[in-house]
Amino acid sequence: MKELMLGNAAVARGLYEAGCQVVSSYPGTPSTEITEECAKFDEIYCEWAPNEKVAVEVAFGASLAGKRSFAAMKHVGLNVAADPVFTMSYTGVGGGCVIAVADDPAMHSSQNEQDSRHYARASKIPMLEPSDSAESLEFTKLAMELSEKYDTPVLLKMCTRVSHSQSVVETSERVVPEAQPYKKNIQKYVMLPGNAKKRHPVVEQRTLDLIEYAETADINRVEMGDASLGIITSSTSYQYAKEVFGEKASILKLGMAWPMPVQKIKDFASKVDRLVVIEELDPFIEEHCEALGIKVEGKDIFPMIGEFSQNLVAEKLGHQIDAGNKLDEEIPLRPPVMCPGCPHRGLFFTLKRNRCNVLGDIGCYTLGAAAPLNAMDSTLCMGASISGLHGFNKALGEEAEKNSVAVIGDSTFMHSGMTGLANIAYNQSNSTVIILDNSITGMTGHQHNPTTGYTIKGEPAGKIDLEALCRAMGINRVTVVDPYNLKETNEALKEELAAEEPSVIISRRPCVLLKSVKPQPPLNINPTKCVGCKACMNIGCPSISFRKGQCVVDHTTCVGCGVCKQLCAYNAIEEA
Amino acid sequence: MNKTTNIMIVGVGGQGTLLASKTLGKLLLSEGYDVKVSEVHGMSQRGGSVVTYVRFGEKVYSPIIDKGEADYIVSFEKLEAARWLEYLRPDGRIITNLHETDPMPVITGAMEYPKDLVKKMEALGAEIDAIDALELAEEAGSSKAVNLVLMGRLSKYFDISEDAWMKAIEACVPPKFLELNKKAFALGKK
Repeated sequence: MKELMLGNAAVARGLYEAGCQVVSSYPGTPSTEITEECAKFDEIYCEWAPNEKVAVEVAFGASLAGKRSFAAMKHVGLNVAADPVFTMSYTGVGGGCVIAVADDPAMHSSQNEQDSRHYARASKIPMLEPSDSAESLEFTKLAMELSEKYDTPVLLKMCTRVSHSQSVVETSERVVPEAQPYKKNIQKYVMLPGNAKKRHPVVEQRTLDLIEYAETADINRVEMGDASLGIITSSTSYQYAKEVFGEKASILKLGMAWPMPVQKIKDFASKVDRLVVIEELDPFIEEHCEALGIKVEGKDIFPMIGEFSQNLVAEKLGHQIDAGNKLDEEIPLRPPVMCPGCPHRGLFFTLKRNRCNVLGDIGCYTLGAAAPLNAMDSTLCMGASISGLHGFNKALGEEAEKNSVAVIGDSTFMHSGMTGLANIAYNQSNSTVIILDNSITGMTGHQHNPTTGYTIKGEPAGKIDLEALCRAMGINRVTVVDPYNLKETNEALKEELAAEEPSVIISRRPCVLLKSVKPQPPLNINPTKCVGCKACMNIGCPSISFRKGQCVVDHTTCVGCGVCKQLCAYNAIEEA
Repeated sequence: MNKTTNIMIVGVGGQGTLLASKTLGKLLLSEGYDVKVSEVHGMSQRGGSVVTYVRFGEKVYSPIIDKGEADYIVSFEKLEAARWLEYLRPDGRIITNLHETDPMPVITGAMEYPKDLVKKMEALGAEIDAIDALELAEEAGSSKAVNLVLMGRLSKYFDISEDAWMKAIEACVPPKFLELNKKAFALGKK
């Protein structure tokens, strides 16, 4: 059947059709929907793991047991999962094991722009790279087959424009391969030095075998057109090249990012007059060609930064571009903001009011760094708020301890905040950690986590008690506040900063976008009372704007959280 | 050479642009076209400027629409039409909601909401079909139905049967809100 399908949904469909039985992932844009779509198939056991390392290890265990397994993550998630991935390259697999990694060129929703293809080379694991939804489905199935045939995990490299574009796919039935019974194999799976030494040559031979496969594989496809221009490309760059040139260039499309063929590239190079590599981010294919002694043009023409497009490809290869008309005035930017009624707003307003140094983390609350709150000093990676605060306080001592905090969400705390808190409890810095518990993984679009009490399918699950956990880790001072209550939040913050020992404040209120949260009636600003002082606008709520000398509330977006009301000295903000 | 038709759907994160693109995608596939729809998820969705690309034709390669390529820009908020104006072809058309949602630099007072945007865009040669989609959505029963009002207006420019549109809407909208959305579609089309 022909369907329009998101690239991520097509990967899930491919897993279903390939008979995959265990899926474990941590959400991360742009990879999240792969796992959400998997969860819709009853035949697949599917879960959210606390982080990507755990997810890959779960997939490893399932593969060890002989079943086909899978884990998905965003590019930076692979940094977290790199430890098991590199050694799984040595152990190989039982049942097929595929690991999807979704890059985010242009950083639509990420903290860096790393190119995951380097991981394939570094870990010596093959990587397939689809360029649309049809290939996402097809390559996922192929990846499972290659995994078993070559006894290796296989990386599937997605990117924002493949993951989050819908295109036409053709689906087929699910086929579950006959399960291989579990067989203990110490030499293969116990990576003691003595065993690992014997596995490494196997890995090197496997790469040679895979290069041979890459020479003839259909997914490394030559499309001969006009031979005056030859293009080597992959992923979404292939689509841009086809859009611009059609048959007016010859294209070698690499569906396999690693290892790359040798002879196939040499043959292609010999047939064209000019040879150009079109690839986003790093010169990965280009350097491979150079190592083969093939002269190509690449990053001397194309940028190493951001996403490509058809216009960019056309322009860099000498075509004239006709952009449309532009208004001759500055259009105000519209950066992402915390939603109206977001529970994080009251907390960040309080941190700003107390002039705190705020070591931040990854989640919706990173938006606390934006104007007008500007209440964040650093954001690095998942979990770095807590460990960073400890270092900051150790470096500056009491001077910092009295006005510095870490902010981290419930899901991020589960992901990699606990180890940082263990360090604070163990090495005793007088640090104040704030866990922003909005009862969900917010930024990626509402995924459950170990603190919410529900599985990915919405069924009841184990629920970790944050207060009990922090106490058990050796933190004696654990307080819970409601961030909608500015007075309570402010008092707790002052008290915990003043305390002479580590403390945790749990700022608890569910995400306002959760279906279980019923919005309150919108508030109204009484024009006879509003003096236009704009005090209510200091919280940066997108529902409040300033019109004709007074503040007004947009009744279509206000959810009546009442935080603004607590700031109005004239009692002008009323329930409608 | 490029016979692909390009529709950009622009707006503010949370306005329901994804439902509009989903409906369009279903519709165009059912009409026998090759279709690509490129969306934005994640951080920029949180009240930020969002854009979705819908492309259809005999064979579509790139999932995105570039500057000077859009045949239609469907804008859920006026300022967003202005922001993406240079993506419009010289003979392209803008369908825009007239409702204003202040972006953060306007809220903080760092900038003013630009005035007379429709006039200024028309002065540059853009064909503009501007409606108060929020008012019509509220008339249909919910401020959230702005997307279907705008789809209704867009439908005037396509030779696709009412029946096909209704089937696509039925496939994308929860049954509970179907009547409301059909009403919004009809009001937009009027």
